[in-house]
Amino acid sequence: MAIPIAYNLRNLVVRKTTTIMTALGIGLTVAVLLAILALIHGLSTTLSVSGDPLHVLVLRKGAESELVSLFTRSQFQDLKFKAGIAKGSDGQPLASMEVVTIMILPSYANPDGANLTVRGLPPAGIEMRRNVHLASGRWFQPGQREVVVGKSVAQRFPGGQIGQKVKFGRGYWEIVGIMDADRGTQNSEVWGDLNQVSSDLQRVETVSSCLVKATDAVTARALINDLNDDQRLAVHAQSEDDYFAAQTAQAVPLEYTGIMVALIMAVGSSFAAMNTMYAAVARRAREIGTLRVLGFSRGSILLSFWVEAILLSTLGGLLGCLLALPLNGVTTAIGNGNFAEMAFGFQVTPKIMLTGVVFAVILGSIGGMFPARNASRKEILTALREG
Amino acid sequence: MRYLPLILKNSWRNRRRTILTIASIGISMCLLGVMVAMFHAFYLSDPTPQQALRLVARNRISYTVTMPLSYEAEMQRVPGVREVMVSQWFGGIYKDARDPKNQFARYAVEPDKLFTIFGEFHIAADEEKAFEHDRAGCVIGRDLANMFNFKVGDRINMTGDIFPGEYEFTVRGIFDSPRASDEMYFDKEYLEQSMPERRRGNVIMYDILIDNPANSARVAAAIDDHFHNSTAQTKTESEQAFIVGFLAQLGDVKMFLLAISGAVMFTILLVSANTMAMSVRERIREVGVLKTLGFTPGSILGMILGEACAISVVGGSIGYLISMVLMRGVVKSPFGGFLPSLKVFDPEVALICVVAAGLIGVLSSLVPAMGASRTTIVDALRSTD
Repeated sequence: MAIPIAYNLRNLVVRKTTTIMTALGIGLTVAVLLAILALIHGLSTTLSVSGDPLHVLVLRKGAESELVSLFTRSQFQDLKFKAGIAKGSDGQPLASMEVVTIMILPSYANPDGANLTVRGLPPAGIEMRRNVHLASGRWFQPGQREVVVGKSVAQRFPGGQIGQKVKFGRGYWEIVGIMDADRGTQNSEVWGDLNQVSSDLQRVETVSSCLVKATDAVTARALINDLNDDQRLAVHAQSEDDYFAAQTAQAVPLEYTGIMVALIMAVGSSFAAMNTMYAAVARRAREIGTLRVLGFSRGSILLSFWVEAILLSTLGGLLGCLLALPLNGVTTAIGNGNFAEMAFGFQVTPKIMLTGVVFAVILGSIGGMFPARNASRKEILTALREG
Repeated sequence: MRYLPLILKNSWRNRRRTILTIASIGISMCLLGVMVAMFHAFYLSDPTPQQALRLVARNRISYTVTMPLSYEAEMQRVPGVREVMVSQWFGGIYKDARDPKNQFARYAVEPDKLFTIFGEFHIAADEEKAFEHDRAGCVIGRDLANMFNFKVGDRINMTGDIFPGEYEFTVRGIFDSPRASDEMYFDKEYLEQSMPERRRGNVIMYDILIDNPANSARVAAAIDDHFHNSTAQTKTESEQAFIVGFLAQLGDVKMFLLAISGAVMFTILLVSANTMAMSVRERIREVGVLKTLGFTPGSILGMILGEACAISVVGGSIGYLISMVLMRGVVKSPFGGFLPSLKVFDPEVALICVVAAGLIGVLSSLVPAMGASRTTIVDALRSTD
């Protein structure tokens, strides 16, 4: 027969200081793990909503990022009449030739200046990106030295507000609007008119890349193959989704470090949980004896103490979730493939919290096994005499 | 001090608990050791003597924007500058780029200046000569040579990404360096000649050797001032600052280190506090006995604080020893080559760790110790745990 769980619950409540301190120790470990998982999850969400599976990004062969890529206007003339490209509202193929560069602007976090991606693009480029819409102000006018910035730029940079001027290329550009890309990386970009930006950078003939929209998923794949096989174009085409997915690799070292740290902390706090449970067993020797006299088997004593350890660590796991929750939505930034800032938010999802609790339970069940075995091995007479 | 044997005996009484506590603190502390060592290397340590003589200049906008080649001669004329060398980050793809092992650093430099700028590199004189005379030659660090089993005369094929094209390098020499050396240097002329006309004459970085470490800031400022009104403004900083700035691009490293250190310290505090609270509660009757024997509240307070301190200092020291093992791994990794100030053992770091452990011990036992020293003899003796 099993000992009721209420017995364990009451024990935890009676020794509340010890319980809370042990649980808090486990909670901190869980919180560190959750923070890392939330960071990685936030980053990968940002990257995954940035790309569209129908978009095909065309770079120079061998170029890993838009910044080092080159794409000429004559290539564009050949490319835009390929089969499978969707038509825009004006009846023209949805193909956007873009020029990408980098600018420096002091941010709140980095007063010496952080890097931002600057993108010069034609109206088709805006039309294609369904996730991007204007949050306030207006779009830049062709032929004007005007730019629109992403909402993260407006939040993280004092000089990123409407009406202010930013400097890149050969002079100053006025911010006339703020765009919202949901969670996408476009929130950290500065957009201007293709012709204006490329002539300012003296890159009129050779821009950076080209983004085209395919009519459907099957044609997208066919288009990618077609472009990559075209010897004359000599380009590397990939789906925009794949391009962003590859950037998640940036966070791999951080992810490994974080998980290593959480695991090491877990070993430390499972020792602490063991300590608490050994003390509980020692203090309750007489109770254990009494329970045995009442007819509870060694097995049920083992189970009972083990359950208590698991309850303790579950509490720790829940505390960890509570500690990590305020991180939800906090934005931070990481360098992207272009060395420019890419802002994203921590995302503490229910699934991540569940992972944390499961992690705590595993930690507690390993740590609680030995004290529980110790409790179950006590002889009735010695146990009754102890304490 | 008189009570030291008693303190040690007390802490060794419940062996299992003491060992578990020490293990718990030790493991947390080894993490703290690594974090403190990293933080120290990043933000607090002095550069090595050779490093202190080097500045790095880049375009003010970004690590990815170039400067004209003509800057080299102009920088050479700035007072305090001994030598200026072009250094191009080549990037490139070697075999399968997804394997991190294949992503070692490659720089296009000026062969006749390389070993002047990096005074700490050692290479045989004939190998250095051979490197200078072969435009498609390269020299590689000992670690890189060991990793791929490269020998002098081997050929290394690479595909350019930043500088498109196919490249074939011949290993002309292998150099030794006090830090991790998984990097490769080749002649910038090779790169320059394989580029189309319009891309030539652009430089990503200049490595600058100065004559006196004390002038470092002044020379850097003089260079930046000189190019202030040019199309490409420069940012010149010490090699160490350059590396830290570069790493900061990857994310908020400082915040990451501080947050984890904070969490670890707080965990240690909790573990230690819990242990001390448990052991004081069990021994409250003894405290009564000690008081009857004439021990003052002060000495009882001291004994309990001392016990907590002893346990956490032992745990902290063990943790620091483990962290040295971990740091060996970090220093040996490519990351260590990046950050020459990273050391396996640093007396300052060791001191910080042990002192932190001791402080945490004292802090954690303050509440139970005060409680025990204040209870009256009668209450203490009557206590039945």
